[in-house]
Amino acid sequence: MSLPVVEYLKLPEGEEPYLEGHKCSECGSIFLGERKVCSNCFARDSMKSIKLKNTGKLYSYSIVFRSFPGIEVPYISAIVDLDGGGTVKGNLIDCEPDPDKINFDMPVEVIFDDALGRKDKDGNSYISYFFKPIR
Amino acid sequence: MSDVYVLGVDMIKFGRFPDRTVPDLGAEAALLALDDAGLNIGNMEAFYCGNLGQANAMVGQRILQEIGQTGIPVVNCSNACATGATAFREAWTSIKAGLYDVVLAVGVEQMGTGLLGGAGGGSGIPKEGLLGSGTMPAVFAEAGMEHARQYGTTFEQFAKISVKNHHHSTMNPKARYQIETPLDEVMNAEMISYPNTKLMCSVNVDGAAAAVLVSEKKAKELGMQRAVRIKASVMTSDPYQERDLVMPDVNSCTRKAASEAYEMAGLDSTDVDLVELHDCFATAEMLHYENLGLCAEGEAGRLIDEGEVELGGRVPVNVSGGLLSKGHPLGATGIANIYEVCTHLRGEAGERQVENARIGLTHVIGLGSACGIHILEKV
Repeated sequence: MSLPVVEYLKLPEGEEPYLEGHKCSECGSIFLGERKVCSNCFARDSMKSIKLKNTGKLYSYSIVFRSFPGIEVPYISAIVDLDGGGTVKGNLIDCEPDPDKINFDMPVEVIFDDALGRKDKDGNSYISYFFKPIR
Repeated sequence: MSDVYVLGVDMIKFGRFPDRTVPDLGAEAALLALDDAGLNIGNMEAFYCGNLGQANAMVGQRILQEIGQTGIPVVNCSNACATGATAFREAWTSIKAGLYDVVLAVGVEQMGTGLLGGAGGGSGIPKEGLLGSGTMPAVFAEAGMEHARQYGTTFEQFAKISVKNHHHSTMNPKARYQIETPLDEVMNAEMISYPNTKLMCSVNVDGAAAAVLVSEKKAKELGMQRAVRIKASVMTSDPYQERDLVMPDVNSCTRKAASEAYEMAGLDSTDVDLVELHDCFATAEMLHYENLGLCAEGEAGRLIDEGEVELGGRVPVNVSGGLLSKGHPLGATGIANIYEVCTHLRGEAGERQVENARIGLTHVIGLGSACGIHILEKV
């Protein structure tokens, strides 16, 4: 069985994977990961778990040609504003690593797949999320 | 409250010194600054030391073991790339508070090689190249592309910043490099993280810089001829922004610090004759033209296109060569830029002198984030 690559990726049994946000019921700010206090409005115990949407728009990006040793390049590091709120960073796949082919605000979907074959020291495999252009 | 003055300030020539130690480099800068002030370590009442790489290893005390163990309080501080500015500001604060009249601040760093940045952290598997990139060139590329998104800023405009700073460094003997670097060379260099090529990334170097800060009373006693007045000293952290968690924000903390610094100094951005800002990447410098109010929103590209930020232009930026060519020894950077501005205000910058410089501004960003701004005035 695969594990989620980050704590905010949820793999409920028998259901589709999703990204989880924590939304402040006082000011509406959305965070990734659990927290007790809202860092925007300082409200305590106001966080509610929400399912983030699986669609969004490309906010910003970089095309990475040199990374840490052993990391395959090039790849597109993308920042995506999800529809309905929440901003997530990840790899933009199925898109040429060419600035002429990448447009700000292009619609993308969040897909879930094996984490590029990466395994931890115990041999566990992982599920990650990726962004894919909606054409 | 007393005004605070820089009485002595200096830096070592930045470079690679694998056979030396962090305390040794810091000690050299400290002695240079003491000599510049015409004082010795025995005159210092406190010492604030900035270093990142050995943040838990009492670098300040080890410097005193090399130059004089007088028993004064030593505070070691670490605040990412704002470390040097933090040490300087702590020294300023202690004089403002009336605790001391003569204080030493040192920033020092020995750097490794390769890309800086986080690999995603946490347990499990490496996240780099899986959940985007945490390397610094990519993080600052994404920040630059936000500007491109808003204003259509081009790769060529970002690259021109690197051409300018490399040109400036040809006139700075203390910079790591003195090499003219034309636009085609910058744009055709190895692409690291679009739009930052290798020549648009700051240079990893070893370095140290130091300053002696004094109260007004002490400055008058010792002679004001080469003293520089600190008109403003401001630090901020990053206020909440909705994309914070995935996009470290260098803009809002700089804007907050700049507005507080101009207010403290009783000045505005049009009064500033030169700026040393945090050009850790070419993309970063572009953002800070607007963040520091050097031009209107969306005008940063025009500023570099029209040469307003070059030596001889309306408001020269990074005439030292900047982090892109002078080099970026993390903990030293925030005092080295104060050295540069003071050198101009004293009229001692030689070939790269900004004519009639009276007011200068220094800016650093430590990602995560910490922003330090100082406004300095010729006496």
